[in-house]
Amino acid sequence: MIVSFRNQYQKSMISKFIASLKSFLIEVGEISYFAGRFFKEFLFPPYEFKEFLRQCYYIGNRSLFLVGVTGFIIGLVFTLQSRPTLQEFGAVSWMASMVSVSIIREIGPIITALICAGRIGSGIGAELGSMKVTEQIDAMEVSGTNPFKYLVITRILATTLMLPLLVIFGDVLAIYGSYLVENVKDNVSFQLYFNQVFNILEFSDIVPATIKTFFFGFAIGLIGCYKGYYCKKGTAGVGKAANAAVVYTSMLLFVIDFIAVFVTNIFYKM
Amino acid sequence: METKKEPIIIINDLHKTFGTNTVLNGFNMILNEGENLVVMGKSGSGKSVMIKCVIGLETPDSGSIFVMNKEINRLEREVIDELRTEIGFLFQGSALYDSMSVRENLEFPLRRHTKKFGKIEDTTPLVMEALESVGLANAINLMPNELSGGMKRRIALARTLILKPKIILYDEPTTGLDPITSKEIILLMKSIQEKYNTSSIIITHDVDCAKAIANRMILLIDGINYIEGTFDELNASNDPKVQAFFK
Repeated sequence: MIVSFRNQYQKSMISKFIASLKSFLIEVGEISYFAGRFFKEFLFPPYEFKEFLRQCYYIGNRSLFLVGVTGFIIGLVFTLQSRPTLQEFGAVSWMASMVSVSIIREIGPIITALICAGRIGSGIGAELGSMKVTEQIDAMEVSGTNPFKYLVITRILATTLMLPLLVIFGDVLAIYGSYLVENVKDNVSFQLYFNQVFNILEFSDIVPATIKTFFFGFAIGLIGCYKGYYCKKGTAGVGKAANAAVVYTSMLLFVIDFIAVFVTNIFYKM
Repeated sequence: METKKEPIIIINDLHKTFGTNTVLNGFNMILNEGENLVVMGKSGSGKSVMIKCVIGLETPDSGSIFVMNKEINRLEREVIDELRTEIGFLFQGSALYDSMSVRENLEFPLRRHTKKFGKIEDTTPLVMEALESVGLANAINLMPNELSGGMKRRIALARTLILKPKIILYDEPTTGLDPITSKEIILLMKSIQEKYNTSSIIITHDVDCAKAIANRMILLIDGINYIEGTFDELNASNDPKVQAFFK
């Protein structure tokens, strides 16, 4: 009796796992198709240049304050937390170097991208989802405008181009936050601190980190647009689309980050 | 002697299924020039799907739809977009772009139709004409969230009219409106038909709306054109399925 119950339980678990795996793979396939459609359509006219500029302004402006404040606080906290350990080894003078490499290579891009996934990705998901359920996307189609070009391509391009700028802005404020801590604790001058920062940074720190932020931006725009554009089940679906946009994007950001670091290591070891 | 009016939309043997749910099961229909054709049916009977097939928002599983002698499912996207300048569509929930003002909502359809209208330097006269025909010229700078349900429906109608279409498809134009506003919308639809000589398909549950506006009616039941005739003919029918709509 117990054995048969256990067998049934195992079978149901396996079938649930297979169903989840199947729906995951279908979703991956659909997102890949959506990305393919983006590359197919964005090359050909008509170009929605005005809407693209509007989205660039909107996406950049909407996240600027949040990215700035978060970056600044991360710089402060990171320096305050690292200080005691560096002091133990008598290596406080390495603070500027350590902070700059960590922020530029990894912390700045990934934290900014996660903030933007929450702020921009969910916003795009909710906006397009609400347009979908209220038939605004259909209305656009009927009026002779390709909604994919007008809504999706402009937003994906805007996030792809704006995210690197936001990351640079966040990085600068994080390093400035770190400098303020050093200035207060050890009276380190602005010039000395930033000389140390720029002396340690190399081409291999800045370029790969910047390139990966374009991919982060693309992922944020792609998933937000995909979830919103295919939103179903009325207004409840809009909330789900916004939520799923954040969850999927966050996961994808770490995957992209891993691949980017892996590829960078291969190139710079050669 | 009355001249015979040409068919402007012809639907032949239309089938559409969603999963296991068959909504259209061999639907046939003809809309003649200058005619107001009302299509009634229960919720979920496929009325909205049918008009969405007419404008190319849904693709039928089988069957053919001819709009102004062009088979809609065989056309390239550019040709469909051109054809859509001749077809207006009033959505059930108005579908105004909520991030745009009334003026921008009305200007939006003009941006891709320079072939029909030429390059428009100043859209204000066209926008004003459309707004005046729905009696809301003073709402030009308002945002959709500042409008009542009836005003939204009128603005949506103005947006439909701005392309000067020959055919207007109304998807439940009076649903969700109070009786007075519904009557205003019905009067507006009639005046638009007289002024612009449009042909219309009106999807509705509203018997008063059907009575006021229909030249001819179709009941869509079980995915087919169950019965058609004038309002009075259908109202006089003894068929219980037909009578259920008029009681």
